[in-house]
Amino acid sequence: MSDITYKVPTMQEMSGKGESPEVLFWVGCAGSFDDRYKAVTIAFTKILNKVGINFAVLGPEESCTGDPARRAGNEFLFQMQAMSNIQVLNGYNVKKIVTACPHCFNTLKNEYPELGGNYEVIHHSTFLQQLINDGKITLKGGGEYKGKKITFHDSCYLGRANGVYEAPRDVIKALDAELVEMKRCKTKGLCCGAGGAQMFKDAEPGRKEVNIERTEEALDTGAEVIAAGCPFCMTMMSDGVKNKEKESSVKVLDLAELIAKNEGL
Amino acid sequence: MEYISQIAFLLVLAIAIFFLTRRIRTIKNNIQLGRKADRSDNKPERWKNTFLIALGQKKMFKKPIPAFLHLLIYGGFLIINLEVLEFIIDGIAGTHRIFAPALGSFYTVAINVFEFLAVAVLFSCVVFLIRRNVLKVDRFKPLAGWPKLDANLILVIEIILMLAILTMNATDQLLQGRDEHYIQTGSFFFSSFLIPLFENMSISTLVFVERFAWWFHIIGILAFAVYVTYSKHLHIFMAFPNTYYSRVEPKGKMKNMNDVTTEVKSMLGIDTGATSGEPPAEVARLGAKDANDLEWVSLMGAYACTECGRCTAECPANITGKKLSPRKVMMDTRDRIDEMGKNIKMGKPAEEGNPLFSDSYITDEEINACTSCNACVEACPVNINPLDIILQGRRFKAMEESSSPQSWNAMFQNIETSFAPWKFPPTDRFNWAKKLTEEK
Repeated sequence: MSDITYKVPTMQEMSGKGESPEVLFWVGCAGSFDDRYKAVTIAFTKILNKVGINFAVLGPEESCTGDPARRAGNEFLFQMQAMSNIQVLNGYNVKKIVTACPHCFNTLKNEYPELGGNYEVIHHSTFLQQLINDGKITLKGGGEYKGKKITFHDSCYLGRANGVYEAPRDVIKALDAELVEMKRCKTKGLCCGAGGAQMFKDAEPGRKEVNIERTEEALDTGAEVIAAGCPFCMTMMSDGVKNKEKESSVKVLDLAELIAKNEGL
Repeated sequence: MEYISQIAFLLVLAIAIFFLTRRIRTIKNNIQLGRKADRSDNKPERWKNTFLIALGQKKMFKKPIPAFLHLLIYGGFLIINLEVLEFIIDGIAGTHRIFAPALGSFYTVAINVFEFLAVAVLFSCVVFLIRRNVLKVDRFKPLAGWPKLDANLILVIEIILMLAILTMNATDQLLQGRDEHYIQTGSFFFSSFLIPLFENMSISTLVFVERFAWWFHIIGILAFAVYVTYSKHLHIFMAFPNTYYSRVEPKGKMKNMNDVTTEVKSMLGIDTGATSGEPPAEVARLGAKDANDLEWVSLMGAYACTECGRCTAECPANITGKKLSPRKVMMDTRDRIDEMGKNIKMGKPAEEGNPLFSDSYITDEEINACTSCNACVEACPVNINPLDIILQGRRFKAMEESSSPQSWNAMFQNIETSFAPWKFPPTDRFNWAKKLTEEK
């Protein structure tokens, strides 16, 4: 499709050459292993390549930030993970990290400093917004999403947890799309149901699954695309759309995928 | 004989102060059952929150109609209490409307303002009673027993207190026209409407009604002040310290357990700076089993909670029918610290009875249902943090009892062995890139 040769340099390769990247792309476990989210990792990597960002990944040296362990109450396991990650990150003298996972983002940004890991950490929505603002991504007029209704599902760990509400919305607006809000959005956004380590267990008994409640709300907006910025939200909303048998008319896409598709990457 | 009412008043005041200070001391001791928490950081932000959220009721205004009615009651409460000052001086000195001569026509204006607020409070309380008992707003439905009675009692007491003020002012105005001993205050707009009820009464009956209303109001206020300390209505005071001491860090940040850090560092052979050979300090219980394992700020939050249920109404678990209710978490915490406080008073160990995280209070099913989404924290008009209590409970379950849900234990094991919450070989972590670099 494209004539670019994509490169995914690792920190190990770079430091072997005595180089250091401008930014480390923290892929996260979902971005590395989950089939659906690997597509997001690839979309974001393509954008980084296209824009010519000097980036690197940890590759096999990356490991879980420990977020689900900490939220499920296992502080020991969290800190073991955190300290070994910090040893790796500090070993490469990492200064700036971008990640497409709000859970990794929150943990790296807010919880690693107390354990000796101090980095500038940004979520990929903010990174994309900055690229657009700096004119490094110039979205073609009349792109694929021009005039289409897109709703954004706020991830709790991006929104309420860290106050990032506008960056993802700015990215959607830059696509010339029509941003439609759900009834519960921004500070009042409803969780997808997967946070706090719920992703890794069945829900407690109840009337309804949280992701169904949220998907119904998203479908009520009449949007053709439910945009997300989190691997867990992605899973929960995609399952919700499938459950409602709407997968042919409504797509759940990550912000990086929207940009990459619009750019024909 | 002439001092009898002053003596009676002083006695009433002394009794109220006695019960009030005793109860305040109990609450303070109960809050101090909690663990230490350092909240001395970022003072400007804390004052800003106190000013905007507690005093300015910023978060209440997410729901404008109840916020407006609440503001009327709150304004009424703050401002009408200036009049209570006059009541107290009159009561002690044996005077009548002591501020009236000095303030002159301003006194008339002030009392008219107070009357307006009294009517506004009355109106709001009636609407709130209707909302609770007739319209049955969803978030009030789960309340039963004492919490339901408490909520209604507060509203009814406030209505009666306001009626007492208006009755007193109406009869006082009639007496001003008939008995020269009464200081002329000018007319009061709202209480004038009540005059027809009393104008056929004799002077002695009017004096009795006026005095009765005066005593009823001041005893009512003092009794209410004591009652408040046993009630959800305590939020009128606790909202302020609770907002001041609420967290000012990003909501997503969980507090680090420094005891664990020391241990993990020594396990990993990282120098902790501690002198080696020294036995490690005794590690306190990990997480929370009982209310006194929580930080004092969490316990203060339990006394600041007015059971409005905005947290529970926003909770994704609760919305979808799970047992978790952040409001219940706060109410259970309060019940348990009250119980622990009583245990101590009776000379028993504080821990007697069932701990906070047990089937008697907050169950495993409840804490396991939380998505840690912070909707409850965001919703709370006085910045209470039920999430922190839930997460402390999970820590105890995971680290002291190893009683986390099985799937979580499996997830822990995956992280330990595969460095990811799913069971994938760590060597496959970078496979995603192969497809991309081979793509042309």
